[in-house]
Amino acid sequence: MARTLFDKVWDAHVVERLEDGTCVLYIDRHLVHEVTSPQAFEGLRMAGRKLRRPDAHIAVVDHNIPTSDRSLGIAEEESRIQVETLETNVAAFGVPYFGLDDARQGIVHIIGPEQGLSLPGMTIVCGDSHTSTHGAMGALAFGIGTSEVEHVMATQTLLQKPAKNMLVDVRGALPPGCTGKDLVLAIIGHIGTAGGTGHVIEYAGDAIRALDMAGRMTVCNMSIEAGARAGMIAPDETTFEYVRGKPFAPQGEALERAIAYWRTLPSDTGAVYDKVVVIDATTIAPMVTWGTNPEAVLPITGVVPNPADEADEAKRVQLQRMVDYMALTPGQKLTDLKIDVVFIGSCTNGRIEDIRAAATVAKGRKVAAGVRALVVPGSGIVKQQAEAEGLDRILRDAGFEWREPGCSMCLGMNPDKLTPGQRSASTSNRNFEGRQGPGGRTHLVSPAMAAAAAVTGHLADVREIV
Amino acid sequence: MDAFTTLTGVAAPLPLANVDTDKIIPARFLKTIKRSGLGVHLFDTLRYDDNGAERPDFVLNQEPYRHAEILIAHENFGCGSSREHAPWALLDFGIRCVIAPDFADIFHTNTFKNGILPIKLSREICDLLMDDAKLGGNARITVDLADQVVVRPNGEKIPFEIDPFRKHLLLNGLDDIGQTLQHAPAIDSYEAKLRNEKSWMPAIHVD
Repeated sequence: MARTLFDKVWDAHVVERLEDGTCVLYIDRHLVHEVTSPQAFEGLRMAGRKLRRPDAHIAVVDHNIPTSDRSLGIAEEESRIQVETLETNVAAFGVPYFGLDDARQGIVHIIGPEQGLSLPGMTIVCGDSHTSTHGAMGALAFGIGTSEVEHVMATQTLLQKPAKNMLVDVRGALPPGCTGKDLVLAIIGHIGTAGGTGHVIEYAGDAIRALDMAGRMTVCNMSIEAGARAGMIAPDETTFEYVRGKPFAPQGEALERAIAYWRTLPSDTGAVYDKVVVIDATTIAPMVTWGTNPEAVLPITGVVPNPADEADEAKRVQLQRMVDYMALTPGQKLTDLKIDVVFIGSCTNGRIEDIRAAATVAKGRKVAAGVRALVVPGSGIVKQQAEAEGLDRILRDAGFEWREPGCSMCLGMNPDKLTPGQRSASTSNRNFEGRQGPGGRTHLVSPAMAAAAAVTGHLADVREIV
Repeated sequence: MDAFTTLTGVAAPLPLANVDTDKIIPARFLKTIKRSGLGVHLFDTLRYDDNGAERPDFVLNQEPYRHAEILIAHENFGCGSSREHAPWALLDFGIRCVIAPDFADIFHTNTFKNGILPIKLSREICDLLMDDAKLGGNARITVDLADQVVVRPNGEKIPFEIDPFRKHLLLNGLDDIGQTLQHAPAIDSYEAKLRNEKSWMPAIHVD
C-alpha cells in the first residue's frame, strides 16, 4: 500500500501496537532544556528510575538565560536556580549537555539540525511545541509535556496513536521579497490556528523544494501555530548536502548507508492524505500579523479589518478583542503602524540565513529614532559565523543591539521583554496577548521585514526599501 | 496521579475561543522547578490587573466560581506552547475537568497525565452547559467517567466519547510509565534491531 512520509517514519518506530491502536513508539532523540525538565527528573528520582539511554538525549539551556554579558552569571534568582537544577540533573543522570559557556549552546531547535543531532527518518521529541522545526529534516518531530518527557527518559518511548495525514502542496515560486516565514504565515492564515489539529502536515510542491534548509525549518517550526502535531518535508539532495559534515552526523561510509535509507522515505506515488490544501505561492506577498493569534495575518499592503463586517457573533467578539488589545483602528493601513521594538531571532528565524537577510536591509541604514532593535543569534555557532562574515558590524553600525544566543524576547522569560503598550515587529512565532511581556503588542514578520520596520520606524513593505 | 471517577461541582463559564497556554499561565511563571503552587497564577492576566488586584469581572474572581471544579470554554482550548504548567495550574486551582468543543493536541494529552478529564462536546451543547454554569452555585454539573455522561442540573444526561485506553488509566489512576515498562522486553528487542539496521545512527557523547 502506498504510504506517506509520516506513515513510513511512524511504522519504522512502532515497538508494539496495543489492542485499541495505541502504539509504543520508539524515540530516537530527546532534546532537553531547563524549563520543562526539572519536574521530569524529579519524577524519575521519586520513582527510583534511571534514564534508559542517556546517549539519545542532549540538554541545553536556552529559555531563561540572559542575552547580555554572561560572565556576570544569571542575575534573576529563579532563572539561575532553574539553570543550576538542569546542571545538577544532567550530571546526576549522565545526559550530554551544552552549557552556557559552550559555543555550541543555543536554542534547542537551532542546535539540533546545526550539530547533526537531528537527522532524516528519526523520531525527535522535546518538551517544547516548536520541536516541529526538526521536521524540515524529514524527521517526525513533535512537542510533548513534562510527563511525556519523564516517560521518554524512563522508557525511550511514548504511548501515542498515529496522527492523520495532511498535505500542504505549495505550487509555483515565491515572489521576490517573500521567504519561508511569509509562506508559513500565509498557510496559517488560510487553514487557521486549528486547521491542522490531529494531523501531521507534510509540506510539498515547487516552492518547498526551492527553499533552503533554513526556510524549511521556519515553515515546519510554525506547524504548531496551525494546530498540527508536526510538520514534515521529504528529505532530498538539499537535505543530504546540509547534513554532510555536521559534527554529530554520520560520516563517510555510514553517511552513504544513511542516505540510501533516507532516499526511501519520501511519500509514495498514490499515497492518500486525510486532508489536502493547495496554495499558489505566486500570489503571496510579505506577511504581517495584525491580531493576537497567528491566523490574524494579512499581506503588508492590507488594512486593519473591521470586526463589524464579521457575521458570526462569537468571531466578531474575538476580532473586536484583538483590535482593542492591539490598539488598532479598522481601515488603518498596516504600514502606518509605528513600532517601538524590533526583535530578530528565535527558533523560527534565528539562523545565519535570517541574520544575513536582516543585515542586507540594515546595511548603510540607521535604526529609526525611538526604536530599540535587538538581534539575538539562535546559537553560539550562528553568532560566530555572523561575526566571521562581518554581519554584526553592519548591524551594530546601523544601531541594532548584537546579543548572546537564547530564546530571549520570543517569550519574555528572561529580561528581554516588551513593556505594557509597546508594539513590536518580531521574527518569532506567537503574537498571543502578553507573549513578549505583559501588555506587549506583537506583529510577526520575516527577518527582512523586521529590519525594514527597524529602519523606517513603522511596519513597512521590504520590497519598497531594497 | 489521582484517579478520576465521578465529579459533581460548580462549573465556571469561560466563553472564549483559542485560549492559549500563555493565557492559562504566562511564561514568567514557568521558572519553578515544582509542579505545585501554580494555581494562584492561573489565567494571571485575565484575573489580575497591572497592580496585582483581582479584576472583579473575571469569572474565577466571583462566587461560587472561586471554587469551580469544572471549566467550560469554546474552540481550540489549550493551543500554543506545550507547557504542562497549564494543566498543573488548573489542577492546583481545583479544576479537574474541562469541557470544550475541541482541544489543542499537546494540551489534551497533558491533561490526562495529570488526572484532569478533557471532554469534547459540540458547540451547541457547550453553550447549553455554559448557560447552566451561569446559574451559579445551585446549578451543579456532574461528570461520570465510567458511564461517559455529563449530567446537567436538570438531570439531562449528555454522553461523551473518550479513548478507551486513556479512560482505563484515568479511572484507575495508573502511572503510564509503569504501563509502558511492562513492554520492556519489546523495547529491548527493538533496540537490538535498531543497532543492527540503523548502525549509522550515532550515539551522543559530549566532551
